[in-house]
Amino acid sequence: MIKVTDITKSYGSRENRFPVLKGISLEIKDGSFAVILGASGSGKSTLLHVISGLEPPDGGRILYDDTDITLLSDQALTKFRKETVGFIFQQYFLLPNMNVEQNVKMGADLAGNHQYKAVIQAVGLGEKLHKYPAEISGGEQQRVSIARALAKNPKVLFLDEPTGALDERTGRQVLNYLSGLQKEYGFTMVMVTHNRNIAEMADTVIHMNSGKISEIDTRETQKTAYEIGW
Amino acid sequence: MVIIMVVGIKDTSKLLGILVIVFCAVLVCTMFLNYRMDLSAMEQEITSRQMRIFYEAQLSTATVVCAVSGGCLLLTSGVMLLFYIRHYIDTHKKELGILKALGYSDLKIAKHFWVFGSSVFLGAALGFLGAFGLIPSFYQVQNADQFLPEIPIHLHPSLFAFLVLLPTAAFAALAVGFAWQKLNMPVIRLLKDHVYHSAKCKKRKTAPVSSRPFLEDLKTNTRKDKKILVFFILFASFCFSSMTQMSAGMKDLGSVMMGAMMLLIGLVLACTTLFLAITTVINGNKKTIAMMRVFGYSQRECCQAILGGYRPVSYVGFALGTVYQYALLRIMVDLVFRDVEQIPVYRFDVPAMLLSLAAFIVTYELVMLLYSRRIGRISVKEIMLE
Repeated sequence: MIKVTDITKSYGSRENRFPVLKGISLEIKDGSFAVILGASGSGKSTLLHVISGLEPPDGGRILYDDTDITLLSDQALTKFRKETVGFIFQQYFLLPNMNVEQNVKMGADLAGNHQYKAVIQAVGLGEKLHKYPAEISGGEQQRVSIARALAKNPKVLFLDEPTGALDERTGRQVLNYLSGLQKEYGFTMVMVTHNRNIAEMADTVIHMNSGKISEIDTRETQKTAYEIGW
Repeated sequence: MVIIMVVGIKDTSKLLGILVIVFCAVLVCTMFLNYRMDLSAMEQEITSRQMRIFYEAQLSTATVVCAVSGGCLLLTSGVMLLFYIRHYIDTHKKELGILKALGYSDLKIAKHFWVFGSSVFLGAALGFLGAFGLIPSFYQVQNADQFLPEIPIHLHPSLFAFLVLLPTAAFAALAVGFAWQKLNMPVIRLLKDHVYHSAKCKKRKTAPVSSRPFLEDLKTNTRKDKKILVFFILFASFCFSSMTQMSAGMKDLGSVMMGAMMLLIGLVLACTTLFLAITTVINGNKKTIAMMRVFGYSQRECCQAILGGYRPVSYVGFALGTVYQYALLRIMVDLVFRDVEQIPVYRFDVPAMLLSLAAFIVTYELVMLLYSRRIGRISVKEIMLE
């Protein structure tokens, strides 16, 4: 369970300081799929970075079960990221001088996962192990970043606009892989998006507006990647 | 006007390494060439056989020192200049691509790279002035045993032209020519990074070993990606090893002043080159480091993967420097000074080598520790800054 209490975050200094997160509180259950939905500038990406331990909040608490990550030292936070979370970004951020297998091993080695090739197979890239990022399509690159994140067996997977740079067909394919893998591996998934249709796949939708949560929806039934609009 | 904004004087501030190397090269060459010219002018005053042998040995020393030190250092600064221009074009691809897309020709853009020659001018001019500050003491030391009559000091304007103006013009022309050649590619390759990477990746011939851990692969790939940095680290350790050991030998073969000068030049060259090479390695891998930190790799693991691959290279450089300094001093003693009396027997100085090695290990590891802290300060948010 992730429990976020009264999180605040501002950027800038003194007179130019502007608040991005204004007292956010929420809960995300283990094994759930939560979507943070909001327009550009609503603070959704900052919230994701803060919850995942990429940057510290100015105030508030973030509890992963009993561990408050806002109190962790840099070293302890690195260990937390290593053992608990995985990331998928819109721009993939693959290492350009490493091939598909080596990129996935970046995550797998951290967890001592020797079965990482099964994850590469699961995202449909078994034939492209030795291809470099520049030699595969955008959709395939995003699938490599999914495999890299999953290969470290995260308890929570954070996704920042994972389909933002993909066309509709590839985007649906990636979402389909993600939801299928989430059901198979049972990890918690927290996704940031501005696409309302994608939210229909989630069981919790957190609506954000101007640094605040405007609404939280919970859904009994979820649509598949091929049932939602785009 | 737009191009001036792309390549400006401020960009040349990063050429500190070239400035230092050119400074050292011109300092040494000015002193020895000026001395050689003044000495040659005294040929009529050489009367005895003893004076003739000493005179010719001095002329040969000046020629060898200028050719070896000046030549090597100028060659290194040339390589460094080409590296900087390539690095500059790589990091400013988009701006340069936009200029090309707007219709600026390769040559028109490349012409503005002449400013990279300004660091050579500054280094050479400072080296030239510095040499004239040291020349009076240098002349005294060279003729300390009074084998020759007093050597009058003359200023040779031709040296300014050959050691300051000519290198500046040559380096500026080299910068323009190299930039012109590097810019000669389709606009799309400048604008889109992935096309460039694709071409680069296809050149790899060796298949990766899948059983190797990620950190080992990353260490190897980081080292292979910029081979020129391997050269600079090799050069830095080579300079440290050869100059510190040679300076120790100078107290018997030359003078304490020459030894101190060599030690200073060696340390300055080694440290400048090492700092610049390591800074470039880290700056070029900031996103990789940030991504590793996001995934939970520790500072130590990041440092080991990014910088660890250069450690064996530095020891190879040290070994090469040891062999080089021994061979050079052996040649000087056995060939150049063979007829000069009172030249002591030269043997390989094991204690000096061990002392130099110990100093090298301490210096290298301190630099690595310093940069390890710098790696630790790289924010995980670096990956989000495009």
